[in-house]
Amino acid sequence: MSEIPKDLSYTKTHEWIANDGDGTVTVGITEYAQGSLGDLVFVELPEAGTKVSAGDAVAVVESVKAASDIYAPVDGEIAEVNEDLDESPERVNEDPFGQGWLFKMAVSNADDLDSLLDAAAYGEIVDAEEQ
Amino acid sequence: MAKTTPLYDEHVALGAKLVDFAGWQMPINYGSQIVEHRAVREDAGMFDVSHMRPVDIYGADARAFLRYVLANDVAKIDEVGRALYTCMLNTHGGVLDDLIVYHLGEHWYRIVVNAATAEKDRAWLHSLAHEFDVTVEEFQDSAIIAVQGPAAADKIADALGEHAERAAALKAFRGFADGDWSIGRTGYTGEDGYEIVMPADQAVATWQALKNAGVAPIGLGARDTLRLEAGLNLYGQDMDEDTTPLESGLGWTVAFSPEDRQFIGREALELARELADGKKLVGLVLDERGVMRHGAAVRIAGDQATAAADAAGTITSGSFGPTVQCSIAMARVPKDWEGDVEVALRRDWKPARIVSYPFVRKGRSRIAPKTD
Repeated sequence: MSEIPKDLSYTKTHEWIANDGDGTVTVGITEYAQGSLGDLVFVELPEAGTKVSAGDAVAVVESVKAASDIYAPVDGEIAEVNEDLDESPERVNEDPFGQGWLFKMAVSNADDLDSLLDAAAYGEIVDAEEQ
Repeated sequence: MAKTTPLYDEHVALGAKLVDFAGWQMPINYGSQIVEHRAVREDAGMFDVSHMRPVDIYGADARAFLRYVLANDVAKIDEVGRALYTCMLNTHGGVLDDLIVYHLGEHWYRIVVNAATAEKDRAWLHSLAHEFDVTVEEFQDSAIIAVQGPAAADKIADALGEHAERAAALKAFRGFADGDWSIGRTGYTGEDGYEIVMPADQAVATWQALKNAGVAPIGLGARDTLRLEAGLNLYGQDMDEDTTPLESGLGWTVAFSPEDRQFIGREALELARELADGKKLVGLVLDERGVMRHGAAVRIAGDQATAAADAAGTITSGSFGPTVQCSIAMARVPKDWEGDVEVALRRDWKPARIVSYPFVRKGRSRIAPKTD
């Protein structure tokens, strides 16, 4: 069973979202997602300052096996990206909820965060995919 | 129901991620494919390849039969104990399978065929065998473990018991049989190593002995990147029934001489050889970030007018090479293409260059830095 921290929010496309409490969120991919992708070899991140809408493909994680789009979970603006992943994409595999974070974004409407999945709802999606 | 190998419980106990491969539940990795890849390049790893099927050919006509059925010539391995890589063709010159044939005794050869093609191969061999004094017989309850890597020879010494001494003395592409066992100094990684065929009931003990000797379990994921770096074709991707060995980088395995040897597919290949507009298999290197994947379109550099759907080249196998640290691929392209090409990746065309393969030899990258 893969880890699904209770204090994070999720999307059905396997991003996690941490509310940083200052109008920004941190976004990464879940333990389950990194496990399905296998060893990452490239991470392509957006430029800070890019305005994005919920559902936009804003980043790409590429593993030995496959490439996968990463979607913006809510409307907003990219504030910062994890530049360490340029040299060390394996951090996403090793520590997906920590050092393997992908980007931070300023959220346009804080209410949008309420529409994200909680850990229990995301867990059901993972269970269904693992069948 | 997916089939399982005699080592299934070992894979589960090791926490392997299992996938369906040609109807078999096989380990894709035991954690990290890249770590496993490195273990084979730098030390020693073992693969459960029990989904591959050993088929024995016995009888007074065994040699004559195989000289007719295989595109390479088993006359090259008349000495017992030698092995040969070959394609088995249909009458159109298409590749039914690629395999290694081991000459294990007088009037006895063993071939090891791919899992996905095993049933078709058996039917094909049986349909041809009645003209010859031969018996074609699958080794039913078999297991195969491949031990590969620069330290493979040292590490099997403790694990193979009575077979260890003879195995250690084998030269490359040699093998021997001992009872139901056969051991060949062959492999599919570009490294030194062994492929060990044994009765199914001895697989677990052998696997555990190898593990105790420090041989790392390796999944099919790393097997694919290892063979790609080594420039070894994968059946069903780099060649199939609709492509000839000549357009699959395997012309060197077709023995056209002696000229009086009639083998299945010969006539078709002799015609194909004369064609000016044929295709060839080449190696590609991507110098930028990104990963070339199976099925991606390839066009000659600067040919902006050609859309992906119309491109004359196709990636047959592509991945990231953990040893070469960039994306490499095999591609089928028009015969006259050389130099720079472009590959359709996710969002746009990226420059790649045609290079000779293998990409890795004896654990080291052979890719020259890009020059402009």
